[in-house]
Amino acid sequence: MSGLLDLVKPRRSLSRRKRADRLFAACGAGAVFLVVLWIGFLFASLLVRALPAMTAYEIALTVQLEPEQIPPDNPRRGNWRGVLAQAVADLLNAEAQTLDAELIPSERVAAKLLLSKGAAAELRSLVIKNPSWLGKTGTESARTVFLPVSDSLDQYAKGLLVPSTQDGALVSPKTAELFDQLRQAGVVQRKFAWRFFVRADSRFPALAGIAGAVKGSLLAIMVCLFLSFPVGVAAAVWFEDFAPEGRRTDLFRINVYNLAAVPSIIFGLLGLAVFLNFFSMPRGAPLVGGMVLALMTLPTVIVVSASALRAVPSNLREAALALGASRQEAILHHVLPYALPGILTGTIIGLARAFGETAPLLLIGMTAFLTSVPEGISSPATALPAQIFLWADQPERGFAARASAAIVALLIVLTLVNLAAILLREKMEKGRSR
Amino acid sequence: MTQTQTTATTEGADNEICLEARNLSVRYGKVQAVKDISLVVRARQVTALIGPSGCGKSTFLRAINRMNDLIPTCVVQGSVRLGETEIYDPAVEVEALRARIGMVFQKPNPFATSIYNNVAYGPRVQGLVRHRRETDERVEKSLRRAGLWDEVKDRLKESGTSLSGGQQQRLCIARAIAADPEVVLMDEPCSALDPIATARIEDLMDELRARYTIVIVTHSMQQAARVSKRTAFFLLGELVEEGATGEVFTNPQDERTLNYVTGRMG
Amino acid sequence: MGFAFLLPWLVAACGWMACRWSPVAWLSPVAGEGQHAQGTAAQLARLVFLTSLLGGLLVLLLWLLLEPPVIAQRSTQALLASEAQSASSRQERVALDLLRTKAQNLAAGDRPTESLKVEALKDESDSVASVARAALVLRQATEREAWLLPVLVVLGGLLGLLAGSQAPRRGLHPRKLAERIIAVLLLLSAATALAVTVGILLSLIFESWRFFRLVPLSEFLFGLRWEPQIALRADQVAGLGAFGAVPVLLGTAVISLVALLVAAPLGILSAVWLVEYASPRTRSICKPVLEILAGIPTVVYGFFAVVALAPAFREGGAWLGFTLAPNSALVAGFVMGVMILPFISSLTDDALYAVPQSLREGAFALGATSFEVASRVVLPTAAPGIVSAFLLAISRALGETMIVLMAAGLLAKMTINPLDSVTTVTVQIVTLLTGDTEFDNPKTLSAFALGLLLLVITLFLNWLALRVSRRWHKEWSA
Repeated sequence: MSGLLDLVKPRRSLSRRKRADRLFAACGAGAVFLVVLWIGFLFASLLVRALPAMTAYEIALTVQLEPEQIPPDNPRRGNWRGVLAQAVADLLNAEAQTLDAELIPSERVAAKLLLSKGAAAELRSLVIKNPSWLGKTGTESARTVFLPVSDSLDQYAKGLLVPSTQDGALVSPKTAELFDQLRQAGVVQRKFAWRFFVRADSRFPALAGIAGAVKGSLLAIMVCLFLSFPVGVAAAVWFEDFAPEGRRTDLFRINVYNLAAVPSIIFGLLGLAVFLNFFSMPRGAPLVGGMVLALMTLPTVIVVSASALRAVPSNLREAALALGASRQEAILHHVLPYALPGILTGTIIGLARAFGETAPLLLIGMTAFLTSVPEGISSPATALPAQIFLWADQPERGFAARASAAIVALLIVLTLVNLAAILLREKMEKGRSR
Repeated sequence: MTQTQTTATTEGADNEICLEARNLSVRYGKVQAVKDISLVVRARQVTALIGPSGCGKSTFLRAINRMNDLIPTCVVQGSVRLGETEIYDPAVEVEALRARIGMVFQKPNPFATSIYNNVAYGPRVQGLVRHRRETDERVEKSLRRAGLWDEVKDRLKESGTSLSGGQQQRLCIARAIAADPEVVLMDEPCSALDPIATARIEDLMDELRARYTIVIVTHSMQQAARVSKRTAFFLLGELVEEGATGEVFTNPQDERTLNYVTGRMG
Repeated sequence: MGFAFLLPWLVAACGWMACRWSPVAWLSPVAGEGQHAQGTAAQLARLVFLTSLLGGLLVLLLWLLLEPPVIAQRSTQALLASEAQSASSRQERVALDLLRTKAQNLAAGDRPTESLKVEALKDESDSVASVARAALVLRQATEREAWLLPVLVVLGGLLGLLAGSQAPRRGLHPRKLAERIIAVLLLLSAATALAVTVGILLSLIFESWRFFRLVPLSEFLFGLRWEPQIALRADQVAGLGAFGAVPVLLGTAVISLVALLVAAPLGILSAVWLVEYASPRTRSICKPVLEILAGIPTVVYGFFAVVALAPAFREGGAWLGFTLAPNSALVAGFVMGVMILPFISSLTDDALYAVPQSLREGAFALGATSFEVASRVVLPTAAPGIVSAFLLAISRALGETMIVLMAAGLLAKMTINPLDSVTTVTVQIVTLLTGDTEFDNPKTLSAFALGLLLLVITLFLNWLALRVSRRWHKEWSA
């Protein structure tokens, strides 16, 4: 306590001490302000980066689905690129008056310059979904469809890419000018990027979406919930009501606390070594991902449930026992319902963390490149955070925007889930005004 | 009150014996809470246990319906008989026993559920009711006996915790008698209540003793004098004196009892 | 598959209803008022629900555990049989994996089973045929699962139902029996947590032991070069790659140190300000805002570090005359610092709160200013709690994966320069184990050795933190 004596030394003037106090208060407020600023910066920057992925530039093309190009009995084998090249050439011819003649590229490269590389596949799947379009000739075979423009032009239109004449430049000034004129003519339009919400991953940013990843995440979280919730709550009940006092129980408890501190990647190692290698479970399946996440969430659920159970007033238990209920009946009928809001809130928060967890999923292979939405819990899938990681690694610029948008989606989901937890707790606690 | 009895005899009483403790000792770890107590409780009357705090009266009460079993360090020696049943017999199902001996606690402790479910819980868990109709009858009967029916009959679906303190305690009494127990143990049932609610509960006890044997622990000598027919005075874990209430208060045999009831000790 | 998970519940519900309401005598032999001897119908119903549910779930569990290995083995046999080879060498195994993937795609595709059969029977020694055979095995397994699994699950449930309903006849009290079963289930649940720990330890130790048979422990712990990729070359034997963990640990330490340097001052300052200076209103607003940071998934931090911070830092560095390496430790450490910041500030907050108010009042009564109270009384008293917060935060930082995986480097360097690019334990684990994971070469196994090292360090730090704070609590709770 020598410090206490120091501060009443008469030599230091009060004004200097007051100044130090104010300075310190300013530093502290500054630190908090800095953190708040940082959060604002983080969210603002993510939102700004995500916005471009919300819209897509699409080109209105009139395609001729002639039987000699697209055989009606086997449309998969059709000459889709040829159809597209023809359609682009027709378009440029039709708009010849409004376009500068020197800007019009040769027919051979026009489609490549303007359209996304995935346009052919997109058109194909569109037509296969509408078989009635096929088998017609002449003008009857013509259909107007909207197809995404090339990734670079999309970026250019959103102001993320500057055209240049250099070798290897993604967009030349000439193409950019052509694109601008097409936009003015109304052939190219900016549309809401619905594909982002209903599609799985793709090699082309314009066609990639989060639906596959979201479903994979939901499946894994469901498995995680069904495993970690019952087991965790049951374990907590055992710890609080049935565990015999003694060293062995203490060991159990210490073990749970230590487990909560184990880095998530270690759980990935466990999943790889035990679930994938030892039990040969399917690689990259939400079943395995959910199991690994469940093991990771389990200590959280146990700790939270145990503390919620401990907070139940003991007279509730006594009252039930005095009426002839057995210990288990007292717990099941009165203690658990009372502790439920706390248990649920804790579990939801634990699940929210599992939802955002990536590292263990990388090790059990939930990072596969999948262009279709996963079917069930045992088919390969990817998860939303893993999808973000994959897109962040891609060189194409369009993927960065997709990753940002996926992050915004992830954060919205997490916010909603946490909000639900808070509301749930408040609602359930209002039910018992004690 | 009839004053036919002057001493604590074990036989030839005006009433049949309901509960009988013989040489009962209770230990919590190393602490001896109740020492070698023998006490007879007669059927269908109110027996009060009085004494300063920490004298073992609550422990004795909780030994009767084996609530002490819940405390891992608690050791019980001696015997307690309920009618012909030795309650510390290993073959006795403690759940079934507690159905025969109801208990009301110091602080009202209704479950966080509706008034109806609070009362119906005991019969349901004991399997005494099979249909909704049976349950309805029993709930109404119990609430009537607890003098609460008129106050709550229109809001049986409301939470038991929404009642006032005195009502909550009467709800707890209704809950305790819903499973048709023979004995109702009351552990300072009025200590958390105001005087009006207390008077209400005391009147209720007077009505209930026609059907049930009541053992009440109280720190208030006035209450013991008002409600009980017989009184037992506990001190430091021992039973000092037991007798008709009037005798114990006006003409105690033991000097310690005299000191306590006259307020020189407590 | 999804339907199979519902079946046990359905069977159990049927059993419950049968006992509860059915007048069938064989299911409910006890009725009437003598409930204490044999239990009530409701208790019997609960027991039957429990036993039939357990029966169904047990069958499901066994199937989930046993079916995949059996099918995998049989499809592998189908692949191997034709070429009469054993997958012993590395190339052969890679080839086998390729065939297996082909078979899986074939089985999952929309080709009819009949045409697969035709192709499977075509030619004995053709690899196309063996792939078709393996695909056939897989396809048949899926088809069989569709009907066999539900049937087995229902059978298991019915068996449980029967066993439960017979209990009273054997003189077993339904409530007691049910409660005994539940008690065992509770114990098993609690034991699951223990099993996870044992599983982690066993798998890490086992694979690390295999690694240390190939690479000596001393080299791993004290070697100064970490170049696991070299061992990939097929003609090379184990031990030619370099497996010295020191540079990896050094990189981890550098990044964690940067993180701590960012988080510690900010965390402590903001906690002290919120506890000692801020009004309750400000506090109630600022605390949840700080906690937002803790809820953000780390992959978000990683992405942010790569796309927003790294360019900004590079430009800022260039402006100041530094050259930042791409994936510099500084950027990764900075973001990591932001990640552990809420951790430090909330734990410090707790420690400051635990300082008795009487100490503060004593100092104020001597005429001290808030700053003097905070710096000379509160902080020294809370110091052990804060130290323990640091230790916990460091152990968090060491085990964090996504930020460093995205923002830090892949190559291990013996450097402590934060402007340089370094790698960490977790980054190495992920890069070693993604893609091809055969469990026979030191490259893959070294990841488990790193994992074991990480686990040991983390647990040690946690133990230390607990010790520090516990001693402190003992001192102040008296």
